[in-house]
This record gives sequence, structure tokens and C-alpha cells, in this order.
Amino acid sequence: MNAVIKLDEIHKVYHTGEVDVHAVRGISLAIIPGEFVAIMGSSGSGKSTLMNLIGALDRPTGGHYWLDGIDVSTLSRDALADVRNAKIGFVFQGFNLLPRTSARENVEMPMLYHRHRIPPREQHARAMTALEMVGLSQRADHHPNQLSGGQQQRVAIARALVNRPTLLLADEPTGNLDTQTSIEIMGVFQKLNDQGITIIMVTHELDVARFTKRMVVLRDGKIVTDEPVPNRSLAGLELQRLYAAQQAVKLD
Amino acid sequence: MRSLLTMLGVIIGVGAVIGAVSLTSGATKQVEDQVSSLGENVITVFSGNFTSGGMRGGWGSAPTLTLADAKAIMSLPNVAAVSPEVRDREQILANGQNWNTQVLGESPDYPQILDRSIASGAMFTDQDVRTLAKSAIIGKTVVDQLFPDINPLGQIIRIRNLPFQVVGVLTPKGFNLFGQDQDDVVIVPYSSHMHRITTRTFLNDILVEASSDKTILLAQNEITDLLSDRHRSKDPDFTVRNQADLMERVSSASRTMGFLLAGVAAVSLVVGGIGIMNIMLVSVTERTREIGIRMAVGARAADILVQFLIEAVTLSAIGGAIGIAGGVGFSQAVASLKNMPTVTPVGWIIVAVASSALIGIVSGFYPAWKASKLDPIEALRYE
Repeated sequence: MNAVIKLDEIHKVYHTGEVDVHAVRGISLAIIPGEFVAIMGSSGSGKSTLMNLIGALDRPTGGHYWLDGIDVSTLSRDALADVRNAKIGFVFQGFNLLPRTSARENVEMPMLYHRHRIPPREQHARAMTALEMVGLSQRADHHPNQLSGGQQQRVAIARALVNRPTLLLADEPTGNLDTQTSIEIMGVFQKLNDQGITIIMVTHELDVARFTKRMVVLRDGKIVTDEPVPNRSLAGLELQRLYAAQQAVKLD
Repeated sequence: MRSLLTMLGVIIGVGAVIGAVSLTSGATKQVEDQVSSLGENVITVFSGNFTSGGMRGGWGSAPTLTLADAKAIMSLPNVAAVSPEVRDREQILANGQNWNTQVLGESPDYPQILDRSIASGAMFTDQDVRTLAKSAIIGKTVVDQLFPDINPLGQIIRIRNLPFQVVGVLTPKGFNLFGQDQDDVVIVPYSSHMHRITTRTFLNDILVEASSDKTILLAQNEITDLLSDRHRSKDPDFTVRNQADLMERVSSASRTMGFLLAGVAAVSLVVGGIGIMNIMLVSVTERTREIGIRMAVGARAADILVQFLIEAVTLSAIGGAIGIAGGVGFSQAVASLKNMPTVTPVGWIIVAVASSALIGIVSGFYPAWKASKLDPIEALRYE
């Protein structure tokens, strides 16, 4: 099967000040469709840099990166923007929704920048479908400040899905959420992955990483381990366990 | 709220310009109306000046124009009407009152040439001119002075003790550009004036109406040629003037005013544009994160540029629209308070709209360009 992502000896050097920072030192990685990968590492491990490279927000200083068969490492700014628009859906730690804009309009936003104009009627329909996939179609007209953190992150996921990307890229998606909501969000990701969507998630929390299928651990800009997740957590079971624990201490 | 303050510069600029322009063009229009109310396409032929022992009289002082001249002018092709004019001030007696006023000898074409009408009664006729009829047309002021209580039509007025019958009353026209009361006048057939009242053989001047505003210069030249030929004088002993000269002077004054206003407009619009640029720069900084999000989901640099440009143009265009409305409102308010005429020229509205849009583009470009050059990674991390 063709890899969605193929990294070949990727290097990234930042020229800041007098010292060159070698953030990524030769990473090779292949991810095939349908995978659910966690990229882990402590701060300074190069995981954010790798994330930016995979997300086509930045270009490597060495090596090659093929996204869905396209060599992204040599593209221009505008071409990168088009690749992001068509092939990648971003989910951020801070949700990054536009305030004073309804959930549906937030979800429709990526379609505004699609290279082929999408008629407003279809934009509307696709936004509603995406919101249904994350279970928020009833809140389509709410503004971000009327939604909880978990709901905002669901809107962000719907926005990431709306252009039918080949890859969903999540950067610490549960970093701003409490335990229960985190598990719920991971449940959303697991459900989407079950439908065949490829997901890459950057996180530093092992608990969260255990919901994925494959764990890649970075240190000092290099991959130290890359192995399948044993005893993978399932969101449904984890939620039940959490409820049981809350019952035990009579939290509610 | 902030957008409103931002727009204020443009609003005030555009409003001030539109208001001022409306009022000045109202005033200009009023003057132009008055000028054209002197009669359109009118050419006046004055007789020459009279020089005696070094003392030079003014135009009309020399007896050089004759009735024959007037008749010759009548036969020119581009001339529609002619009235030989004889002027004199006389003491008029009537109805037990008396009044000193100007007595004009004219032809029946006089109302047509000077764009006047007869309110009641009728103008005297060519027949009256031939028979030296003692018929008179009087103005409103004369009516007020001599016949305050009775209908003047058919009444007898005495000019140098000669009885003239009032056959018509002029429709009032008020004061002319030079402050003369155009209704303080008695008009009689020029033949009666020349033979019965003054016994003069020369005309003060000749009023001529050209056949159209396009032939007025042609007619003027023809009259000059004709009279030069007829008088066979080396130095012309007459002058020919038309209303267009006067119109030209008035409109050049209003053009100067227009340039002045355009200068004021330019300054205030530049100030407004700086305000918009300032707020757009603030807006770009505040919305760095939004720009990052938009770029992350695939907005190209050009998309961001266009978005911010449109915002700047929208701001200034709305400002311009409010300014136009405010300016028109202001000039209407002043007009109704001060009883002045106001005309808002459509051309200036178009100029105002165009320049406010242009200001949006110019002042929005730098902030928009700055936004489009942001690095998406940096922008996303911006707090």
C-alpha cells in the first residue's frame, strides 16, 4: 500500500543568532492509510518541528518528504498552502476557532480557500455533515464562547475534516481539556480512525498516546522507539472506568 | 465602535467637502440663474464714447447708434430679435402721486429678449410703434408707488405731462446682479420715446437676441462687421458685449472656489486614510492568530492580502457613504436655516466615493501586505 507520509532523512536546522539549532536530525518514517500514530517526546525533542514539517507549514533543510505521493519539501509558499488546504486537517491544542463566528462558519472556513470554488449550498451541507460526524450538528449556530472546551475542540475537528483530507494532524489536542473530556475527544478520534481516516497526533502524555495504534518517540531530533501500542485504551471502556472511579469517591 | 471612530476621519472629510461644495454650487447656481435671467443669448450694442476737449464720456455717451443701425442688425441671419433702446429718467405723475423712474423706449420684442413676461395686460405692438402710441408697460415697483390700491390697467400716467395709458404690467423680477430694481421701470414704444418724450435721434444701445447660444459669437462678429462697415470709422465708435462674457467671469470664480475645496478635501481625506492605516495595523497585530489559522487551513498570501484590503476599503467606503449623507444633510439644514439654495453635484459624489475607496486601498495595502507575509507557524504561536 502506498504510504500517506514518507519521510526520508529529514533534517531541519534553524539559523537563529550565532548558534545553529539542529531541531530534527535525520528522521525517516512511513505512515500508511488508516494508521493512528502518536508522536511523543519531551519538550526540545523536535516533535513540534516535525509536526510543522509534516503539516507542510515549514520546509525541511535536508531530506525529502512525500505527502500522498507529492514531494512537499521543494514546494513554494502558495503551493504549500494549497497542499495544506486539500490534504491536511489541523487540530490544535488551543482549538483556534475564530471568535464572533458560528460553529458552522468556522467549519466552512477551509472551503473558502479551496482551489476549486465550492458553491455556498454545498459548503453548508458539507459543514453540517462534518459537524454531525463529531456529534455537534445541534450547535451549528453557536459561537465558540457559547461552547465548552470539548465542544470547541469537536468544532475544530469538524473543520479539519471538512475538506476531506488524506491526513488529520493533531497537536496536543487534549492539552487544554480535563480527563473526561480528553477521553471523549480521543473517542472521537478513534471513531474517525475506524472509518479509515489517517491520524497523526503529537502529545507528551502517555495516557493519551495509549489511545493510538502506533507510538513514535523522539529524543534530540531522532526517533528512539517506533512500535505498536500494546493494550490499547478504548475510549468507551476508559469512560466507564472513570465513572466507576468517580462513583467510588462520590464525586457526584 | 472602534470602526466608527476609524471611519470618522473619512466621514468628516467627505462630509465637509460635500457640504461645502453643495453650498457653493448652490450659490454659484443662484448667480448663474441671475445672469441667465438677464436674458439668454443677449448681445448688447453700446454706442461709442464721447470725447470733448480731452474729457471722455463713458460708453453710450456718443450719439453714434441710429434706428437704421438697429434695422440693419435685424436683417442679419443669426439674429432672432432686436430692440433699439432709449433710456431716460422722468418724473411720472398719476393717481395724485408722483414717482421718478427710468423710462425705456423699446420694441415689442423687449420681453422676449430679456426673458421677461407681462403679468397682466399685453405688450404694445408694432402698430403702436408705427403710430407713436402713448402706451406704457410699467413694473411692479411703479405700480406700488403710483397705484397702491387700484388696478393700474387702463389708467393714465403722465410723462412730461403727456398722458400715456398703462396697457400692461411686468411680472416682477426683483433685483439684478448689480443691485438694480428691475421692476422700477416704465416701458414705452421707442418711437414714442424718441419723438414725444425726448426728441432724440440716437439710441443709447441696441438689445439683440442671437438665434441660439451656439450662434451668439457668430452674431456678435456679424454685428461688429456690419456696424464697422456702416459707420466707416477707423476706431470703432461702439462696443458689442454678450452675456457669455459675464457668465465666463462668474464660472471662473466658482472654479477657483472648487479648486480650493478640492485642496481641503485632499488634506482631510489623507488624514482619514492615515487613521484607517493605523487601525488596520492594530487589527493585523490583534488578529495575528486568526491569520495563522487561516494560513494553516490553506489560505494563500494573496487570500489574506485581499481579505484585509477589502476590510480597509469597506471601512473607508462606508465612511464615505456616511460622509456624503452627512454632507448633504448639513447643506440642506444650512440651506433651510439661512434660506440659501443648495445643489449637490453628482460629479462630486462620484469623486467622493471614488476617492474614499482609493484611500481604503492605499492605506489598507501596507497592513494587508504585512499580514500576508506572516509566517503561519509564528502566527499560530502568537498570544
